[in-house]
Amino acid sequence: MTQTASDAPASAEDLLSRKHGPAERIQHVLHRNPALSPLIVLILAIIVFGIISQGFLRPQALSLLVQQMAVVGALAVGQTVIILTAGIDLSIGMAMVLASLVMVKLNHDHGVPGVIALLIGVVVAVATGAFNGFLVTRIHLPPFIVTLGTFSIFTAISLLYAQGQTVALDPGAFLLWTGRTISVGSVSITWGVILMLILYAVVAFALRNTAWGRHLYATGDDRDAAELAGIQTSRVLLSAYVVAGLAVAAAAWIVCGRVGGADPNAGLNYNLLSITAVVIGGTSLFGGRGLVVGTLIGALIVQVFNSGLALAGVDPNYQVLATGILVILAVSVDQWIRRVKA
Amino acid sequence: MSTPTSGTTAAERPARRPTSEHGTDEKPVLEAKGLVKLFGRVVGLRGVDLRLFPGEVLAVIGDNGAGKSTLIKCLSGAMAPDQGSIAIDGKPVKLRSTQEAREAGIETVYQTLAVAPALDIASNLYLAREIRRKGFAGSVLRMLDTKAMREHASRHIKELGISTLQNINQSVETLSGGQRQVVAVARTGAFGSKIAILDEPTAALGVRETAQVLRLVRDLRDRGLGVILISHNMPNVFETADRVHIQRLGGCAGVISPQTHSMQDAVAIMTGAMTVPESEQSLR
Repeated sequence: MTQTASDAPASAEDLLSRKHGPAERIQHVLHRNPALSPLIVLILAIIVFGIISQGFLRPQALSLLVQQMAVVGALAVGQTVIILTAGIDLSIGMAMVLASLVMVKLNHDHGVPGVIALLIGVVVAVATGAFNGFLVTRIHLPPFIVTLGTFSIFTAISLLYAQGQTVALDPGAFLLWTGRTISVGSVSITWGVILMLILYAVVAFALRNTAWGRHLYATGDDRDAAELAGIQTSRVLLSAYVVAGLAVAAAAWIVCGRVGGADPNAGLNYNLLSITAVVIGGTSLFGGRGLVVGTLIGALIVQVFNSGLALAGVDPNYQVLATGILVILAVSVDQWIRRVKA
Repeated sequence: MSTPTSGTTAAERPARRPTSEHGTDEKPVLEAKGLVKLFGRVVGLRGVDLRLFPGEVLAVIGDNGAGKSTLIKCLSGAMAPDQGSIAIDGKPVKLRSTQEAREAGIETVYQTLAVAPALDIASNLYLAREIRRKGFAGSVLRMLDTKAMREHASRHIKELGISTLQNINQSVETLSGGQRQVVAVARTGAFGSKIAILDEPTAALGVRETAQVLRLVRDLRDRGLGVILISHNMPNVFETADRVHIQRLGGCAGVISPQTHSMQDAVAIMTGAMTVPESEQSLR
C-alpha cells in the first residue's frame, strides 16, 4: 500500500508550526508531575466506590481503610528508595516478619521490656537491609537475585525461630502502642498511621532537599554517569538498603499493633503489595524517577480498591484481579510518559 | 620547522594567549612522564610523555587501540598507571580516583556523557558537589541550597554564552544531544579547575551542535584552562587544537602543530607511514 501525499504533512513548516496535541500536552504535564496520574486515579476510585459501595465514604470506613494500609504504606517507603536506585527488594515483607517476631518473642516469651525489644527489632531490621545492601554493593550481585535469596533466608529463619507459630502479645504491651487509636469525632487514626506518615515526611524531605537524595536519584538514573560525576555510588546504594531497613523496622512495629502479635506466615503478601504501591504510585522500575508521595497515593489506591470491592460485596478474588490490572496499567502509563519529547 | 606565529586558523582566534607563543617561560599545567600501563600481557601505554600548557587545546588522536583511552583514564584518575609520574603545576600528584583528580583541578567529560538525565541542568552542574545551606540545616540535615545552585548555574551558563539553554530547571533528558554535551562541558569550567579533559565531545553530534561544543572548548581555553581534546574527527581537531599529540601502539608517535602539518600527515603518523623527527615536533 502506498501512502498518498495528502496523508503526509504538507510541508516542514506545517509540521513545525503544528500545535502540540492534547495527548502530548497531558504527557508533558504527567512527565513533570510524576505523582499526578496516581492522584487522579485515587480521586476517581474514591468517587466511583463512593457511588457503588454502601457506606464507603463514611468516616469510620475511611479511617479503617487508612489503618489497613499503614503496614504496606511503611514498607513501600523503603521499597521506593530501593526502586529509585533501579533495584528491587523482594525480601522486604519477610524482613518485616522477622523483625516483628524478634520484637514480639523477646517481649512475650523472654520478658524483655517492650522498649528494649523494639530497639533490638530495629537493629535486626536494619541488619536485614544492610545485608542486602552488602551483597548488592560489595559482592556485586543483582538486587533481584540477592533479595530473592534473602527472601527465602528470612522466611526460613522466621519459621524456625517461631516454630511456625503465631505469637500474640499480652494486652497493654508497649509494642501494641501503634495499634492504639486517637479519635476526632468519628474519624479514628492509630499511632501506627501517624508513625507511617512521619516516615513519609522524613524520607520525602531527605530525597528532595539533601545531597543524599540528589545522589540517590542520579545513581538510579544512570549509575555509571553518577560514578563518573564523582558520586560514590556504592555508598549511596548501601544507604538505600539501610534506609529500607529502617522502614522495615517501622512496619514491623506497626504490624505488631495491627495484628496484636506476629505471624511468621504473613510476609509474602506484604512483599508484593509494597512493590505494587510503588509502581502504581508512578515510580519507575528503571530507577531515578518517582516520589514517595506517589507511593503513599499508590498504597491508598490499592487499599481503596480492596475495601471498595469488599464493601460492594464482590468476591475477594476480584480484588486481586483489580490489583493486577492496576499494576499493568501503571507501568504502561509510566512507559508512555517516559517517551516524552522535548 | 619552527612554530609560526600566524596561520589560517590562528587568524580566527585573536589574542587568545596572554603569554608568549613559544612558551619557553611558561610552565606546563599538567605534565605526565613515562606513563606505563599493562593489562596482563597487553601493553596499554609504553612510557608516554604529555605536556599540557594553560590556555591551549591539546588534541590527542590515534587509531583504535593506540592507547588514547588508557592515557586519558590515567590522567583523569579513573585508572592508576603502573609506572610514571603526573605533575600538576610542577607538583607531583597521585590520582587514585576521579574525585581526587577533580580536587586537583582536572575535570573530565566522558564519552558516555556523565549526566543524570532526570535531573535538571543546575543539579547536573553541581552533581556530587552540591552547595549546602549554611549552618545547622546544611551541616547536620545536609540540606541543599537549591536557590544558590540555580543562580550560579544560570550565571555560569550565561557567561559561556550558551543562549540555547534558557531554562536552568529543565531536565537534561529534554535537551538535544548537543545541549546535553554543552551541559557536560560547561561543568568542567564551572569550578575553577585548571585542566579539562574532553573525551569525544562531538561524537554523535550534528554540524551545528558540534560547532557549538567546539566554541565552548575554545572558550574554556581562552579562560586560561588547559584543554585535552580526544577526537576521531580530524577536521574538528585541526580546527580547534593548538597542538596534536598522536598516539600509536601505546606510545606517542609525535606532537605536531596544525600549522606545520596537514591532516594527511597526521593520518600517516597515526598509521606509522610517517615519522616526525624531534626537530619538527611541537613540544613547546
